[in-house]
Amino acid sequence: MSEFLQYVLSGTTVGAVYALIALGFTLIYNASTVVNFAQGEFVMIGGMVTAFLFAAGTPLWLAAPTAIVVAAIVGILLNKLAIEPARGASVISLIVITIGASIFLRGLAGIVFDKQIHRFPAFTGEDPIAVFGATILPQGLWVLGGGAAVLVGLYLFLTRSIVGKAVMATANNRLAAKLVGINTNSMMTLSFGLSAAIGALAGVLATPITLVAYDVGVGMALKGFAAAMLGGMGSPVGAIVGGLLLGLIEAMTAGYLSSEYKDAVAFIVILIVLFVMPSGLFGPRSVERV
Amino acid sequence: MRLSGKAWALIALAVIIALAPLAFPSSFYYRVGALILINGLAVTGLVILFGYAGQISLGHAGFAGIGGYAAALIPIHLGVHPVFGLIAGAILSAGLAFLIGRPVLRLKGYYLAVATLGFGILVYLVLNNEAQLTGGPDGMSVERLGLRALSDALGLGLNTSQVWYWFMGVVLLIGAYLALNLFTSPTGRALRSLHDSEVAAGTLGVDVARYKLTAFVISAVYASLAGSLQALLNGFVTPDVAGFLHSIQWVTMTVLGGAGTVLGAIFGAAVLTALPQALTVFKEYEHMMLGLIMMVVMVFMPAGLFPSLAKLFRRVR
Amino acid sequence: MRLFSKTVVAGGLLLLAADPALAEIRIGSVLSVTGPASFLGDPELKTLEMLVEEVNAAGGINGEEIALIHYDDGGDANQARTLATRLVEDDEVIAVIGGSTTGVTLAVAPVFEEAGIPFISLAGAVSIINPVNPWVFKTPHTDRMACEKIFTDLNARGLSQIGLISGQGGFGSSMREQCLDVAGDFGIEVLADETYAPRDSDMTPQLTSIAATDGIEAVVNPGFGQGPAIVTRNFAQLGIELPLYQSHGVASDAFIELAGESANGVRLPGSATLIVDLLAEDDPQHDVVTAYRDAFEGHFDEPVSTFGGYAHDAFWIMVSAIETAGSTDGEAIRQAIEATTGWVGVTGEFNMSPEDHMGLDLSAFRMLEIVDGDWTLVE
Repeated sequence: MSEFLQYVLSGTTVGAVYALIALGFTLIYNASTVVNFAQGEFVMIGGMVTAFLFAAGTPLWLAAPTAIVVAAIVGILLNKLAIEPARGASVISLIVITIGASIFLRGLAGIVFDKQIHRFPAFTGEDPIAVFGATILPQGLWVLGGGAAVLVGLYLFLTRSIVGKAVMATANNRLAAKLVGINTNSMMTLSFGLSAAIGALAGVLATPITLVAYDVGVGMALKGFAAAMLGGMGSPVGAIVGGLLLGLIEAMTAGYLSSEYKDAVAFIVILIVLFVMPSGLFGPRSVERV
Repeated sequence: MRLSGKAWALIALAVIIALAPLAFPSSFYYRVGALILINGLAVTGLVILFGYAGQISLGHAGFAGIGGYAAALIPIHLGVHPVFGLIAGAILSAGLAFLIGRPVLRLKGYYLAVATLGFGILVYLVLNNEAQLTGGPDGMSVERLGLRALSDALGLGLNTSQVWYWFMGVVLLIGAYLALNLFTSPTGRALRSLHDSEVAAGTLGVDVARYKLTAFVISAVYASLAGSLQALLNGFVTPDVAGFLHSIQWVTMTVLGGAGTVLGAIFGAAVLTALPQALTVFKEYEHMMLGLIMMVVMVFMPAGLFPSLAKLFRRVR
Repeated sequence: MRLFSKTVVAGGLLLLAADPALAEIRIGSVLSVTGPASFLGDPELKTLEMLVEEVNAAGGINGEEIALIHYDDGGDANQARTLATRLVEDDEVIAVIGGSTTGVTLAVAPVFEEAGIPFISLAGAVSIINPVNPWVFKTPHTDRMACEKIFTDLNARGLSQIGLISGQGGFGSSMREQCLDVAGDFGIEVLADETYAPRDSDMTPQLTSIAATDGIEAVVNPGFGQGPAIVTRNFAQLGIELPLYQSHGVASDAFIELAGESANGVRLPGSATLIVDLLAEDDPQHDVVTAYRDAFEGHFDEPVSTFGGYAHDAFWIMVSAIETAGSTDGEAIRQAIEATTGWVGVTGEFNMSPEDHMGLDLSAFRMLEIVDGDWTLVE
């Protein structure tokens, strides 16, 4: 029983990280219908900048927000320099552009920082907390809490604030949003900045547990993308559910079935879900526009 | 006699393959050339899927993995010539593409992307984990196809890379010929109608699902053959051949060059295969440059390098 | 296509322009400086560059300067094969050091064999030198030896039932296989056999499952990179009170830093590089290891690692072989490498022969234990 609980705790913690990355994918997708394969690099930037600032003597409470701001700026630059000018390009061209951005950012990070693995201390101690025979790290609670806070904050922002409503309107219908006077370009910039910040936050929260290196981005992007698709691209709730589900499937498979094939089982589940529900668990049931 | 566009394309390709070695400073460039031609074969298949039928795949390296390991394993376990491994791999890939194609191709856009991605990763994981059979992540060696021996027997005096360059040149020409033929065939017209609008094509009586599946299976065979040939050229194969990054490389080549045409995609394969060799002079800046070039090309030439350059060329003329 | 030939020609011209002197000894290297094995390739390349500088400053080999021509394979075997061909056919090197991983080494070895160029690999697996390829040598201990060293220590502690948790990368899966293979010779029983993917960030499910297996007395973790650090942390998090063994794949100070307090009590087979200050003055390796550490840490702002040491040994074996051969003839150099005996490097004492292209024995490994965040010798 305590084993089952351990798998649940592990899966939820890892899943929360996936969920935050998936949320980043969803935000950008909603604003621009671009799936940003460089999303994982924001996670890397969050972790690496914090680790380097911390190593240079900056206190964590200052290093972490700085890293998030750096990532947000990178996200905005990415939008301004590569995504906006390519407006109207096909899905597949956009995939190539964002993959190019991901390779570029990774190469840059390898030079600006280094190619070693890094870490900084957990925010509130390293002693595991016992829960009915299973354990969770205090940092795991930070990840879960951070994920929940982002979700609530994002919900309030999108449904209560004028700017947030404008973002949603742009997501629903770009042309209509433009007609009612919304500056859709600013909305895209905002979404990229926000999405990068969320990715970096995931990196900051998770690094004490998962460690960080200049090239962790691809793996993160892959998992986050899979989670977002499982939940249904475009749905923030779907992103969270998809991320948690992916983490839980991996942990359960590793614990009970086969650790060699835990990633395989995760993708098989995704394939089956998509065969039954072609737009994911919470995706919009839209028909193709002709 | 007026030649069709198809014939012109083939002649241009043949002339370039024949003349390119004149610019090779050393025999090493034949190896890069052979790799370009192998990648060219794979992306020719992807043009049928992306360019003709308008579908995406981020998992075609999975078929290359099947082809590569078929070429490695079948000669060892059945004691037959590697060429049968290559054929068996192609048949296996076609069968698998047929099986998974129907459910997968019902998905659209990014959902199709993630499903094919998942397929590729599954193949990779099997190759990586079944170390008893595949040698695991360190890979396994592959029996020689015997091209070098054949060339020596004929007294051609070519080294391995050179033999492979000329052999692959012929293979690619055949592959391109078949793809170009398909383009003008009734099947090709049906496929292109899918690209423009699946719904409209369906209304006009095109069996959408069947044609999409056809394109998927054909492109899988091209990918599988490319995987086999790369394994045979190297005499070695690792699970990376089925990896996500390999799929992405092919997609990038196809799109960067111009996904709509066979020549464009082959051009993309040439640029992206040769580029890392040219970029080694930048040492640690190599990857940054590669990423930057990908972004710049796609932002400023959304249709791909080849169509954009061709347009520019015509305008200058 | 025209653009392509132009790019290639331009690249070729740049390369030509970069090679001023002709009377030089051209040594090639293919290393995984980026990609998943970058923590191997990075210190290896740094070591090579540092040593080339050192030798050239001292007048080169027999009066000729060394030119190091290096390419990064990013850990990709296909790319490595192309670069190996380039070293041979385009750069016309006379000897090659490299291959950070076993996969890359096995992929490039036939190229050098065909060209008759001596090649010293920096990768671990026993399959590189067994069966012996006349042109291929290696300097790291094999993964099989690491298993033997660990199992010897287990025997000494009277433990025999273990759980394995291995990385799915080349290093982990090759060592896992070797450990399973030699376990019987030491009366070791493997009761649990779990793995994790190289980029996994949480191994508590696997460890929970191992801990729940009856009768397990110790856990062995073959792997390199971030995985073992996470395994070690998770091990402590779950409060598993069993001896934990890591492999030589994590033998660097970075591991202690990453694993933090959880690293205390971990044992692993490592080389003398890690315990320079613990070595007795009369230890045969004392001088060479101290010199390497001081040079590396003086040159680069990072601690020395076991992996850079592989390149150190490979480089000096190669240089002295070229010196002995007195020419750039491949066969002469090859024979000189094969004749290396009684040479003490940072990894151990090398005694090569036509049958043994590594020349290390188990004494090259020292069983280390991490105590209070530092390496100590287990006697």
